[in-house]
Amino acid sequence: MTDDIQELIDRLPALGDAVLVTLEMTLGGALLAIVIAVVLGFGSRTQSLWVRGPSRVIVEFFRGTSLVVQLFWLFYVLPVFGFKMEALAVAIVALGLNYGAYASEVVRGSIASVPQGQWEAATALNMTWFHKVRRVIFPQAWALMIPMLANLLIQLVKGSALAYYITLQDVNFWTVELRRATADTFFSYTAGLIVYFIIAYLLTWGMNILEERAKRRLGRGTRPTLRETFSLKPPTNPRLANTQMPAGGGAA
Amino acid sequence: MNDDSIWDWERAWEVLPDLLAGLWVTIQITVLGMIIASVLGLFIALAMRTPSKWLTTPLKFLVDFIRMTPVLVQLVFVYLLLTAVPGYVVGFVVLGVHYATYMSEVYRAGIEAVPKGQWEAATALNMSKGRTWRAVILPQAIRNTLPGLGNYAISMFKETPFLFAISVTEMYKAGQDYGANTFSYIEALTMVGLLFLAVSYPTSLLVRRMEIRLA
Amino acid sequence: MTNTSGDVPAIEFRDVTKRFGDNVVLDGLNFSVPQGQRITLIGPSGSGKTTILRLLMTLEELSGGLILIDGDPYTHEYKGEKWVAVPEKRRRVVRNRVGMVFQQFNLFPNMTVLENIIESPVHVLGKSKAEAIADAERLLEKVGMSEKRDFNTNQLSGGQQQRVAIARALAMDPEILLLDEVTSALDPEIVADVLDVLREIAETTDITMLLVTHEMQFAREVSDRVLMFDKGQIVEEADPETMFTNPSHERTKEFLKAVLGG
Repeated sequence: MTDDIQELIDRLPALGDAVLVTLEMTLGGALLAIVIAVVLGFGSRTQSLWVRGPSRVIVEFFRGTSLVVQLFWLFYVLPVFGFKMEALAVAIVALGLNYGAYASEVVRGSIASVPQGQWEAATALNMTWFHKVRRVIFPQAWALMIPMLANLLIQLVKGSALAYYITLQDVNFWTVELRRATADTFFSYTAGLIVYFIIAYLLTWGMNILEERAKRRLGRGTRPTLRETFSLKPPTNPRLANTQMPAGGGAA
Repeated sequence: MNDDSIWDWERAWEVLPDLLAGLWVTIQITVLGMIIASVLGLFIALAMRTPSKWLTTPLKFLVDFIRMTPVLVQLVFVYLLLTAVPGYVVGFVVLGVHYATYMSEVYRAGIEAVPKGQWEAATALNMSKGRTWRAVILPQAIRNTLPGLGNYAISMFKETPFLFAISVTEMYKAGQDYGANTFSYIEALTMVGLLFLAVSYPTSLLVRRMEIRLA
Repeated sequence: MTNTSGDVPAIEFRDVTKRFGDNVVLDGLNFSVPQGQRITLIGPSGSGKTTILRLLMTLEELSGGLILIDGDPYTHEYKGEKWVAVPEKRRRVVRNRVGMVFQQFNLFPNMTVLENIIESPVHVLGKSKAEAIADAERLLEKVGMSEKRDFNTNQLSGGQQQRVAIARALAMDPEILLLDEVTSALDPEIVADVLDVLREIAETTDITMLLVTHEMQFAREVSDRVLMFDKGQIVEEADPETMFTNPSHERTKEFLKAVLGG
C-alpha cells in the first residue's frame, strides 16, 4: 500500500497532464455542443420545413446512433474520405455532436417554455428577431436550461473516458498506467474514479453558481445556502423532463 | 469487387449476420441491466426515505459517486477485479447498478408526485404503513416512472458498446472485430450505427407517446 | 413616407380577411381611423376585435386584403395584380409608429423596470442612453411609478406592471396605441388606477388609440367613436353617447344588455 501511494505521488505530474487532456475534451466538446445545440434548437422550431426537417434529422441521427459508434467512425472511417483529424479533435467533434444533439432538445424545450407574450411584446417594441432572442428570450430560457445542461456536461465528462481508446492520454489512460505500475487494480481504479468524481463535482458546482446568477437576473434569486451550492441536484423542471435525454439527463 | 468504390456492398452483406448476432447480445444485456436498474433503483429510493442519517448519508455519497464517474471505467474496474466473472455478467451488472442510481431519482420523483391526500386518505382508512406503500403509493408512483424507465432503457441500449472494453461481443464489438480483420471499417461501423438508430428511434417514439398519454 | 396631413387616415383596413384554418374570423372588413381619434371596439368574445389589434401589431398574418398606416402599405401590398407580403425591413419602418399594451402586461422579467422601458428606444430607435433614461423617468412619473425605477418586474403588483407596460409602449413615441383588454387581468380595485393613467394620456396627447375593453364607462368617456363587432363584421358604428344610450341594431342592444346587466 505504501508503495502504491509512493507510485501515485510520483505520477502526480502525469495526472496534471491527464486532467488537462480530459478538461480539453470536456470544454472543447461542451463549447461545440452548445453552438450545435443553439443552432439545431432554434432550427427545430422554425416554420420553414427546409430548416426544421434537416435540423430534426440531424438531432435524431446523433441521438440515435451511439456515441461509441460515432467516435470510432470518425476515428477509423473518416480518414478513408481523406479527412485525417488529430485524436483530440476527433474526441471533441464526437462529444460535441453527440451531446450537442441532446442539448439542442434542452434549448428547444426551454425556448418553448418562454411565454409567447414575451415574443409578442418584443415585436410590439419593434425588435428584430435577433434582438428579441438575444435580449429577451434567451436570457429567460437560459435560466431553465442550466440544470439540464449541467447534467449533460457531467455525461460528457464521463463519455470522454472513451478517448483513451483512440490513443489520448486522459485520466482513464493515467488510471491504466497506474495499475500497470502498481499491479493493484483496486487502488489504481479507485484513485482514477475519485479524480473523475472531483472533476464532475467541481463542474457541477460551477454550473450551480451560473444557475444562481441567471436566476438572480430574472429577479428570482435567493441566496443559495452553502449546501445548495455544493449539492449535486438532478434536474427538476417537470415541463422539460419529457424531452428524452441520455443517462442522467432528466427523465426524473 | 470494385476497388475504386469506398463502400463495398459485398462486405456489408458479409458482416451483417455478425452484427445481428451482436445486436441480440446488446438487447439481452439491456434487458437484464434494466431489470437490475429498476429493482435496485427502487430499493435505493426507498432507503433514501428512511429517517436514519447513518444510512442515507453514505448511500447518497455512493449513489452520487457512481452516477458522476464514467461507467466505462467502472466496467473495466470490476472486470479486472473479479477475474472469475465473465465479461457478459460484469457488463449487465455494472450497467444495471450505474443506471439504478438514475432510476432511484426517477422513483423519488414518482413517489413525490403522488398527492399528499393519498397518504392522508390511507391514514384515515387506518391502513398500515406497509399496506399504504404497496396498495396505494407504489402503484401510482410506478405509473409515473414508466417514461423515465423507457428513456433510460434507450440510453442504456446505446451505452452497451462500452462493453467492447471488457471483450463482450455485442453489436459494436462485432463490427469493430470485422473491421480489424479486414482493415475496412466503413461498412461494419456505418451499419452498426444505423442498426442502433433503427432500434432506438422507433423505441423513443413509443416512449414519447407513452409520456403524452401518461402526462 | 409618413403622411400626417388630416385627410389620410391613421389606420385603414381594406377588405381584410383573417382565417385560422377553416375558421373565418374577419371576412372582407373595411374601416378607417382618422388621425388622433380614439376608437373602442366592442362585441362578444370571438367577434374578431382582438384579432384586429393583433393584425395591426403583425402578431398575426393577414389572409387577404390590406392594412395601411398613414396611407403606407404595412403588412401586404399589391404588386400589379399580385398580393405580396411587405418585407420585414419595410414593416419595421412602419411598425415604429404603432405601440401596444397587452392584457398580460408581458414585461421582460430579465430586465428591471427602467431597462424594460429604455431597451427599444436605445436599441431600435437609436436614442442615446441618457436621453432614453430621461424620457423613461418622465414617463414613469406620469404613470406614478417613479420609485419603482430599479425594481425587478416580479416585485410589482399587476396594476403596477401594467402601468410600466404603458410607459414602455409610450417610450417608443407611437402615433398609434393599441390597448388590448388592458384591465382584464387586474383586480377590480386596481382597475381605476390604470384607467386614470390612460385617461390622462388620452387628454394630454394626440395619439390615435384603438381600444378593446369591457370597461364601458371608460370607453364612453374617452372614445370618439365606438364600433360594435359581431362575427367579424361591424354591425354598428356610432359616437359613444348614441351607442350606449340608444343603439339601433338588435345585436348591439342584446350585447350591451348582457355586459351592462341593465
